[in-house]
Amino acid sequence: MSILVWAEHDNAALKDATLGAVTAAGKLGEVHLLVAGSGVDGVAAQAAQVAGVAKVLVADDAAYGAALPENLAPLIVGLMSSYDAFLTPATTTGKNIAPRVAALLDVAQISDILSVEGPKTFTRPIYAGNAIATVESSDAKLVITARGTAFAKAEATGGSAAVEAVATTGDAGLSSFVGAELAKSERPELTSAKVIVSGGRALKDAETFAATILPLADKLGAAVGASRAAVDAGYVPNDYQVGQTGKIVAPEVYVAVGISGAIQHLAGMKDSKTIIAINKDEDAPIFQVADFGLVADLFSAVPELTGKL
Amino acid sequence: MKIVVPVKRVLDYNVKPRVKADGTGVDLANVKMSMNPFDEIAVEEAIRLKEKGAASEIVVVSVGPQKAQETLRTALAMGADRAILVQTDDVVEPLAVAKLLKAIVEAETPGLVLLGKQAIDDDSNQTGQMLAALTGRPQGTFASKVEVDGDFVNVTREVDGGLETVRLALPAIVTTDLRLNEPRYASLPNIMKAKSKKLETKSPADYGVDITPRLTVLKVTEPAQRSAGVKLADVDALVGKLKELGVGA
Ligand SMILES: Cc1cc2nc3c(=O)[nH]c(=O)nc-3n(C[C@H](O)[C@H](O)[C@H](O)COP(=O)(O)OP(=O)(O)OC[C@H]3O[C@@H](n4cnc5c(N)ncnc54)[C@H](O)[C@@H]3O)c2cc1C
Repeated sequence: MSILVWAEHDNAALKDATLGAVTAAGKLGEVHLLVAGSGVDGVAAQAAQVAGVAKVLVADDAAYGAALPENLAPLIVGLMSSYDAFLTPATTTGKNIAPRVAALLDVAQISDILSVEGPKTFTRPIYAGNAIATVESSDAKLVITARGTAFAKAEATGGSAAVEAVATTGDAGLSSFVGAELAKSERPELTSAKVIVSGGRALKDAETFAATILPLADKLGAAVGASRAAVDAGYVPNDYQVGQTGKIVAPEVYVAVGISGAIQHLAGMKDSKTIIAINKDEDAPIFQVADFGLVADLFSAVPELTGKL
Repeated sequence: MKIVVPVKRVLDYNVKPRVKADGTGVDLANVKMSMNPFDEIAVEEAIRLKEKGAASEIVVVSVGPQKAQETLRTALAMGADRAILVQTDDVVEPLAVAKLLKAIVEAETPGLVLLGKQAIDDDSNQTGQMLAALTGRPQGTFASKVEVDGDFVNVTREVDGGLETVRLALPAIVTTDLRLNEPRYASLPNIMKAKSKKLETKSPADYGVDITPRLTVLKVTEPAQRSAGVKLADVDALVGKLKELGVGA
């Protein structure tokens, strides 16, 4: 089987999410990476080194610079005549592109796969991860998104794939990119961090969140996450949200501070290796999944903890 | 400008899903069902656009069992104008829903279709993008802000790195994220009024769409369960555990 994997990048460097997608695709057959973007020679060179990639297709066109699905879908659909499957990481951009491709190919997409059980059989989470479905496709071609936490990252170096330019399809004239407000942070990225400290509604406001959570995260070398309640209340930006509709994370250690443990939050972090919860309510549902719980007022416990580390 | 808002009846988000003992799915007998929360946000956004004068009529559509009428009535009570139920008891995958919606879009010619970004039952996150593909329209997914500007709509999207804004030529497809708005509750008088609003019932065959599933669900299982661990006596005990885990030492 031959699989076309859409490579996620920012036109300058390959994103880590691509590496998990390569591993997932490698379980199905021969992996080719599509680097579509604007001025992406450097990304293509990087992609060629990823272990397990047999070929890199490069589509360099200003129309692909912002990964607009209206422009990318025709390119991918054209390429798919030579492939059995199309796969993207289950990131916001991957989720934006894959269904548009699937519909044009008249294929039912399999979202967010957790494992490859056979050439057409996969497991995927439903109901915020409260159930796992094993599904088999009857379509001639497959369109898949793969959950990052479920597949080890392929080695970024060691490969030596051939790089081939492909014809571009230009601008569909339906959409344009206006701008982005991307968070800049010195901290590790949430989805690849080994340790995460997340704060919830209990953190009161943006200043209190920063004053309480950040020093602890600094001590632990951790990324910072949040519950939906904390994001909605404006304590932190939206890209901090962990959960069913935010980021799916599985760090070595996840510290939940003042988070009750709603199923939608658990959906994003319950595969963490060790979960630590600090909450003043001993009946908070977060304690049902926590390996280590501390029933305490966070406003005294967290500063004390930070001080003692 | 007309707005079409597709809505889905799903297990209420407050109910903990239980996997059936025979492994065929999640138990939906005698549990509370509600409108998918993201769809509620889509209905609310459509109403706000109408209140601002950017929209003239809101048509809500559901594909599902007869009971999905309740979901449509909820949307009508919130402020939608009329409803279409494409009634079926079969499993309808996102691709088939998108095909049915395409037929409705062709008949209704809305300027905007507003959908929830995902349904909280199958968590597919596909229908809006698929509808955009099938109708050849642009898509603004995971919207946290929607501004109609003449023949265009500017959509601010929640993406992994933060926020991003795209400008789409109308007609367009937009899918909603959580922070777009806070849906209103229907008032009692509006619930009463909704009862007399028009609700048409159709079948997939009326639209000539084959809804045969492409995926076979072989089984549905419980995820690996985590068990509750230990409660620690004090901060010192937690410091000790963190050191054992090799962090913060
Ligand atoms: C469709 C949908 C999708 C959703 N997606 C997500 C998602 O992706 N991620 C997400 O997180 N949520 C999501 N939610 C929201 C979710 O249901 C909860 O509302 C949310 O997770 C609650 O956040 P919280 O735990 O911070 O707040 P709360 O539930 O209010 O919990 C606050 C906790 O802080 C504790 N506390 C208060 N004061 C102190 C103190 N001084 N010291 C110690 N503890 C204290 C309380 O005991 C309580 O347990 C979603 C909801 C819906 C409907």
